[in-house]
Amino acid sequence: MTMFLWICVAILSFSLVGFLYRLMKGPSTPDRVIALDSIGVGLITLVGLFSILFDSPFFLEVILLLAIIAYIGTVAFSKFTEKGVIIENDRDAHK
Amino acid sequence: MLLFMAIVLPILFAIFIPLAYRSIKSIHTGWFVLLAPVLLFLFYLRFLSPVQQGEAQLARVSWVPSLDFYFDIHIDGLSLLFSLLITGIGSLVVLYSIFYLDKTKEKLGNFYVYLLLFMSAMLGVVQFDHTLALYFFWELTSISSFLLIAYWYKRDASRFGALKSMMITVSGGLMMLVGFLTLYVLTGTYSIRETIAQVDTIVTEPLFTVAVVLVLLGAFTKSAQFPFYIWLPDAMEAPTPVSAYLHSATMVKAGLYLVARFTPVFAYSEVWVWLVTGIGLLTLFWGSLFAVKQTDLKGILAFSTVSQLGLIMSLLGLGGFAYLVTGDAVETFTFATFAAIFHLFNHATFKGSLFMVAGIVDHETGTRDIRKLGGLMGLMPVTFTIAMIGSLSMAGLPPFNGFLSKEMFLEAVLGLLHADISTMTVAYLVPIVAWVASVFTFIYSIYFVWYTFMGSRKEEQLPKVPHEAPIGMLISPAILGSLVILVFFIPNVIGDWLVKPATAAIQSTAFTSAADIEFYIKAWHGWTSPALWMTVGVVVVGFLLYKVLPKWQPIYSKWPERFTLNRGYDSLMDGSLTWNRALSDRFMTGSIRDYLVYMFAGMAILGITTLFTQGGFAITTEGLAPIRLFEIVLTIILVGSVMAILITWSRLTAVIALGGVGYTVALFYVIFKAPDLALTQLVIETISVALFLTAFYHLPKLDKHYKGKEDNRFRLGNFLISVAVGLTVTLIGISAYAQRQMTSISEYYKETVYTEAGGGNIVNVILVDYRGFDTLFEIGVLMIASIGIISMITLRLQKKKKGATVDEIE
Repeated sequence: MTMFLWICVAILSFSLVGFLYRLMKGPSTPDRVIALDSIGVGLITLVGLFSILFDSPFFLEVILLLAIIAYIGTVAFSKFTEKGVIIENDRDAHK
Repeated sequence: MLLFMAIVLPILFAIFIPLAYRSIKSIHTGWFVLLAPVLLFLFYLRFLSPVQQGEAQLARVSWVPSLDFYFDIHIDGLSLLFSLLITGIGSLVVLYSIFYLDKTKEKLGNFYVYLLLFMSAMLGVVQFDHTLALYFFWELTSISSFLLIAYWYKRDASRFGALKSMMITVSGGLMMLVGFLTLYVLTGTYSIRETIAQVDTIVTEPLFTVAVVLVLLGAFTKSAQFPFYIWLPDAMEAPTPVSAYLHSATMVKAGLYLVARFTPVFAYSEVWVWLVTGIGLLTLFWGSLFAVKQTDLKGILAFSTVSQLGLIMSLLGLGGFAYLVTGDAVETFTFATFAAIFHLFNHATFKGSLFMVAGIVDHETGTRDIRKLGGLMGLMPVTFTIAMIGSLSMAGLPPFNGFLSKEMFLEAVLGLLHADISTMTVAYLVPIVAWVASVFTFIYSIYFVWYTFMGSRKEEQLPKVPHEAPIGMLISPAILGSLVILVFFIPNVIGDWLVKPATAAIQSTAFTSAADIEFYIKAWHGWTSPALWMTVGVVVVGFLLYKVLPKWQPIYSKWPERFTLNRGYDSLMDGSLTWNRALSDRFMTGSIRDYLVYMFAGMAILGITTLFTQGGFAITTEGLAPIRLFEIVLTIILVGSVMAILITWSRLTAVIALGGVGYTVALFYVIFKAPDLALTQLVIETISVALFLTAFYHLPKLDKHYKGKEDNRFRLGNFLISVAVGLTVTLIGISAYAQRQMTSISEYYKETVYTEAGGGNIVNVILVDYRGFDTLFEIGVLMIASIGIISMITLRLQKKKKGATVDEIE
C-alpha cells in the first residue's frame, strides 16, 4: 500500500515537472495560466496523498484552500488577460 | 567659590546687557559693561601680595565629580599676571569702545555680550588647573573671538576672517584636547599640578612626545605661530577695540600661557624646547619680514603681533632649557623665562596702545591705508605722541619698556652660546636670526609712524576731514602709553610684583618662590654688554635700510602669489570641498542598483572573509535526514521556477513563475509537516500574485524599456555578486548547522502546550500565548501597511494642484 502511494507521488511529481515546462515555455500567456491551474490541481492531489502517507488529518484544510485559491487565481488571470484589469472601478470607467 | 564667581562674573553681566541696551537708550551700554572688568581688576589686585609671598590661591567647584571633572582654580604668579592683563586691558578697551562705537548705528548689545563672554573665557583659561576645564574655556575664547571678528557680519571679509580664525584655532584646540587626554592616560589625573608632580615617571613614555606635539599644536594655532599665523591678519576685520584686546593683548597670548604653564611638564623633552624655540624664532623672523610689506595700518600691527609673539615663544623655549641643564647654565636659561614674561607684559601695553591709535586714525580720517595717510602730526598731536611712544617701544629704543625687554631678549639669546647644549652648531644661528628680525622690527615700527604722521598731507585722498580724536577715545591709549614710559623708569616694581612670581611658577624646579629670583632689570649694562652693541647695530642698520625703503620694498611683490600660506589655506579649503564633492558624486550616484551592489558586495565580502579568517566554517553529515525522491522533485520545480524568473523577458511570465515558487514552498511546508504555514503561504501567495498583476498592467513593456539603452542585460558584476551572496548565505547556513551547540527549547512547548496553555495546536499557542507579544506588533505592522496604502492612493496632492501644500488643499 505505501509503495503504491509513493509511486503515485512520483507520477504526480513528474506531471508537475511537465506542467512547469509548459509554464516556462509558454508560448502564450493562457498556456501558462492553464499550466499554473494544473499545477494547483496537482498540488491538491499531492497534499491529499501526503496526508495519507503522514497519517494526519491536518492537511485537509490545505486541500480545500488550494482548491478555492486555484479557482480564484485562474479566474483572476483570465480576467486579466481578457480585460487588463482584475477589479474594475466603475466610477473611473464612466469618467 | 568667590574665585569661581569672579571668573563667571562677566558672563553673568552679559545676561543683563541686552536688557540694559534695549531699555536704557540714553546711556551708552559700554558704561554698564565697564563695571565688570574694573571690579575684577581691583579684585585680582588684592592677590598681588599673597601670591608674591608664594601663597597660591585655590578653589574647587564640582561639575561632574564621577568623571573627575572639577573647575579647579589655581592662581599663582603666572595666572595672576594674565588675569590682571585681561581685566586691566579689558577695562581700557571697554572705555575706548564707548567712544569708538556709535551708540545709534551699532548693535552694542551684541558687541558687549560677546566681549564679556570672551573675558570670562579668557579668565577661565588662565586660572583653571584642570585640563578639561581649561579646554572648555579655550574653545569659548575661539567661539567668542569668532563672533567678535564677524561683528560687522554684512561684510564678506569679516565673515571670511571669522571663519578662517575659527577653523584654524578650533582645529588646534582639538589637537590640544587629544594631547590633554593623552596626558590623562599617562598620569591618571586631569590636574596640571598633579601632572607636574608625576613628571619623572611619565617622561620616558613614547606617548609623552605625542602629548608634547599635540599640546604644542594647540598653543601654536592660538598664538598665531608659523605656519598658523595666517588667521591673525584676516582677523583685523574686527572692530579695532576687539583687535586691540583679543588679537594683541589677550587671546593670542593664550598659547603663550599654555606653553608657560606646561613648561614644568614638557620641558624635560628636547622635542618641546627645540620646537618652541625654533618655531618662535621662525615666526619672529617671518612676521617682522612681512610686516614691512603691509600697507594697512592694522595689517602692519597684525604681523608685528605675530612677530612679537614669536619672540616671546622663543624666549619661553629657551627658558625650557633650564630643565635640561645643570650648574650655571640654569641661571642663563631661567633668565630667558624672566625676559619672556617681562616682554609679554610690555607687549600687551604698547601693542594695545598702537591698535587704539590705528583705530583713532581710521575713525578720524576714514582710511587705514598707509599710502593715503601722511602728515597727520600737526592735526593729531596727542595721537601722534602715543603712536610714537608705542612704536619706539616696539622697535626697542630707550626710554621705553620695549628697550629693556629687547635687551633682555638679546642677552638670553646670546646666553644659549655659553650654555652646554648638545647641538651647538644650530645654536650659533639663533642670535643671528634674532638680530635680523630685530632690524626688521625697527624698520616696520618707524614705517608705521612716519608714513602715517610725517611727510606731506594728502587730504584730498581722505574720505573725511581729519581732526584730533575726542578726549574719551584718547584716555585708554594714553594710560597705556604712560605705562610704557613708566615701566622703563621703574622696571623692578613690575619685575618684583608680577614678573618674578610668574617666573617662579614656570621655573618650578629652579625656584621655590619669587623671593629666590635675583634678577634685576636695569637699563644700563655698561659699554661691554654685547646686547647694547647689538641694539646699536639694529638702530644703525635699520635706519639705513629704512631710508632706502622705497628701493627694496617692491621685492615683496616679486614673491609668487601661488606659494603663499594664504593661498595654501584657500586651496586646502576649496580643495577639501571640491574633492569631497567629487568623491561623493562618484559613489553617491542616486541609482538604487549601485547602492544595492555596495551593500550586497559588502555583505558577501565581510561574511566570507569572517567565516574563513576566524575559522567559522565547518561541515558535518551527522544528524542529517535522508533525502527522499519527492523532495528532489520539488527542489527541481523550485529551481526551475526561479530560473524562469531570472531568464524571462516577459513580466507576466515572471509573475506566474513567482507564483509557482510560492506554491512549491507551500508544498514544502506540507511535506515538512507545517499545515498552518502551508495554509497561510497559499493565501498570501495568491494575494501577492494578484497584486503584482494589478500593478503590472500600468508598467511599460520590459523589453521596450531596455531597448537602445542597454545592449546586454546580463552584467557579469551583478552575476558574481549574486552568486557570492548566495554562496555566503549557504556557507553560513551549513556552518551554523554543523555547530549547533544546544538542544532546542521546543521540548518544553511540547510538554506544556496542553497542561499549561490549554491548547492543542502548538503553533497557534506559541503565536498567541507563549510569545503573543510578537503577534501584537505584527498586527501593528499590517495595520500600518494598510493605512499607508490607503493614504498613498487617496492623498495625491501633486496631481490635484501643482506645488500646492497640504493646507491649501484642505
